[in-house]
Amino acid sequence: MEIKGYRIPAMASLLLWAVLWEIVGRLGLTILIPPLSTTLGRLVEIVGTDGFWDAMSITLRTFLWGSFIAILVGVPVGILMGRSVILDRMLLPWVNTFISAPLSALVPVIMALFGFGETTIVLTVVLFAIWIIILDARAGAHAISPSLVEMARVYGASSWQAFTKIFVWSALPEILTGIRLGLLRAVKGVIIGQLLVSVVGFGRLFEIYSSNFLMEHMWALLIVLFGLAFAIDLVFGLIERRVDYFASSRS
Amino acid sequence: MSLDVPSSARPSAGGASAPIVEVRNISQIYPGGVEALNNISLTFPEGELTSLLGPSGCGKTTLLKIIAGLLKPTAGEVLVKGRPVTGPGPERSFVFQDFALMPWATVIRNAAFGLELRGVARSEREAVAEKYVAEVGLKGFERKYPHELSGGMRQRVGLARALAVNADIVMMDEPFSAVDEQTRRQFQEDLLRLVATERKTFLFVTHSIEEAVYVSNRIVLLSRRPSRVSEIIDVNLPRDSDPDGIRRHPDYLDTVERIWQTLKHYLD
Amino acid sequence: MPPTAEGLRHASVPAPAPSLAISLKEWAQHPLTLRILSIVIAVAAWEYAGRLPVSPSFPTFSDTFLAFVGMLADGSLPAAFAVTLAPLAIGVAISALIGVAIGVAMGLNEKVEWLGVPVFIVLQAAPLAALIPVLVLAYGIGVTTKVSVVCIMAMPVIVLNSFKAVRHTPHSLLDMGRSFMGNRRQLIGKIILPSATPVIFAGLRLGTAAGFVGAVLAELLVTPTGIGDIITYNQSIAEYPKMYAAIAAVIIVSVLFIELLGFVEQRFLRPEKRGS
Repeated sequence: MEIKGYRIPAMASLLLWAVLWEIVGRLGLTILIPPLSTTLGRLVEIVGTDGFWDAMSITLRTFLWGSFIAILVGVPVGILMGRSVILDRMLLPWVNTFISAPLSALVPVIMALFGFGETTIVLTVVLFAIWIIILDARAGAHAISPSLVEMARVYGASSWQAFTKIFVWSALPEILTGIRLGLLRAVKGVIIGQLLVSVVGFGRLFEIYSSNFLMEHMWALLIVLFGLAFAIDLVFGLIERRVDYFASSRS
Repeated sequence: MSLDVPSSARPSAGGASAPIVEVRNISQIYPGGVEALNNISLTFPEGELTSLLGPSGCGKTTLLKIIAGLLKPTAGEVLVKGRPVTGPGPERSFVFQDFALMPWATVIRNAAFGLELRGVARSEREAVAEKYVAEVGLKGFERKYPHELSGGMRQRVGLARALAVNADIVMMDEPFSAVDEQTRRQFQEDLLRLVATERKTFLFVTHSIEEAVYVSNRIVLLSRRPSRVSEIIDVNLPRDSDPDGIRRHPDYLDTVERIWQTLKHYLD
Repeated sequence: MPPTAEGLRHASVPAPAPSLAISLKEWAQHPLTLRILSIVIAVAAWEYAGRLPVSPSFPTFSDTFLAFVGMLADGSLPAAFAVTLAPLAIGVAISALIGVAIGVAMGLNEKVEWLGVPVFIVLQAAPLAALIPVLVLAYGIGVTTKVSVVCIMAMPVIVLNSFKAVRHTPHSLLDMGRSFMGNRRQLIGKIILPSATPVIFAGLRLGTAAGFVGAVLAELLVTPTGIGDIITYNQSIAEYPKMYAAIAAVIIVSVLFIELLGFVEQRFLRPEKRGS
């Protein structure tokens, strides 16, 4: 945007919002919003504590395990769906159902079956992440050029070889998009899982802060969580762009 | 660099009409340094159809849009009827290459749109639009929507719209390039008929040599980017009688060949 | 107008005799068959798992189905949905009004865009559910909080779609409007807004779906009043068939709801408004 001929970068408006946040907080306009400065102060405080790092390690552990499983299962299933019409017609309705359904409603089921521990969180992460990964892997499979498939057959590749050496790579741009979006959903999943289970990780921290009316602490946590999500989005966006170069020359 | 037009190609003072559009030293440089037009000066005589012809990307559409007031040139000015151009005006109308029809509006509303923007009352503007819709051959299609029409029919609506506002100058930006060959030829014939009946000045951009020679009274050849006027050619073909006969006329064939030879330079 | 070649096509070529028999293979691969088959497999697996039982807290399909029908019949299920969806209706209405206004304003005005875009980029990736504890702490566990949960889920996508819709107005349409000397107000009212309508409506559809997710989250994380109440109450008294039935109902309603929204969008927007 320009003011009087001077270009002002887009992200600079975040500074303006930060100032606004500070002012609104200082004026005490609403209990919902404490001043940014004190929130950041709390953030520094919290990051030093054991409680925070416990929560962080549980969160990271469950997030990584859940995402790993979701990718390991989701990508092959998606590619297979993309290549087999029968499988596709049987599974696609389910994928489409769950991809926009309120998955949080299923978490009580997982809790009832697996208890209040980390397993539940991992499964919640898988539940949230897997559908978009499947769908995008399927799209990637659709983008695989038929002549590449024929080439594989002509040169005698076994199914496994064809799958790992050609299909996965050819579908990579879409698969990466699916993974990026899946990871963002995994973040939602790991948080919702912890909030519902409420005795582990950040869920527990939120509970503690909440019952002690520590609004600033909660906002500090939010900044951490939002920052993490943003970082994942950024990093994977970059990776996607690196791989994009061959997307257009596939056909 | 200054204007470089061989005097033999310039129209003689007695034969042509007075210029209605004057382009003076127009240059256009895009941000990033791409020079589209380089110090172009020329005039367009009133009541005639003048074509801007040149290789792809040579800036002919840019020039047309500058005359239309849709683009501001980096340097130079354009005078229309003696007055400098600062933006679009009621005396100029435009026909777009991709038709620019509003997909949510009927044919009649699209055709009347220019009048609608001027605040003309609905019944009046629809009456005018109806007349021109019929004139371009779409009678009966007034209530149809663009998605129900073929490409050729859509462009006719665009043409009707441009005529309905009764502008003195109608600018057409490669109007027939997005339709098939058969439709295109039909359009060219219809355009000749239109030029004969409507007393307007037409400015026509095309990259087809044959099209330019077929429809124009005058052809301005533009060089490759950065464009300068390379040559101006008068076309004197008998257009009153048989439209098919024009394409077999020796002058037609000679002119096409001559232009092709000139343009070939730029492809080497 | 040139005559079409259509009339010439009806020459005397005999049409092939129609075959009445659809091969068994075609029938087996028909989308509907396969869809039904996958449902049957899922139901059978569920029933089997429930009978094993996989876990004492895992009911069979048949028990769950009976519980579902029962709650439907005695009205407790519909009543619960009415309570759960009330904040959804209010929240989406508010989000639609404010969201479209903000998005369109961002599309039309560079300064507003500068203010808004970075905020929405950050919000796009963010796990909005994490805001719920904060909202509960600030506003308690009433309807206001639930409505605000719906709003934070629905508004970002509505704003973003409205913004994109305005931004992606075809340039040639704008040029066309300017060539006929339309002023700013006319361009906005007669060209930009009509052109943006399809994408804005798509945004409303997506926003409503997100709002639905928000309404369910609100049940689980703010306070269970409607369907959340059925779920948590029956969980606490180990009435698992009813609990699972309620959850299944939520999923089914969400699918139907989203289909309905898609249908409304198709009907409401006549095809001529789509693209050019």
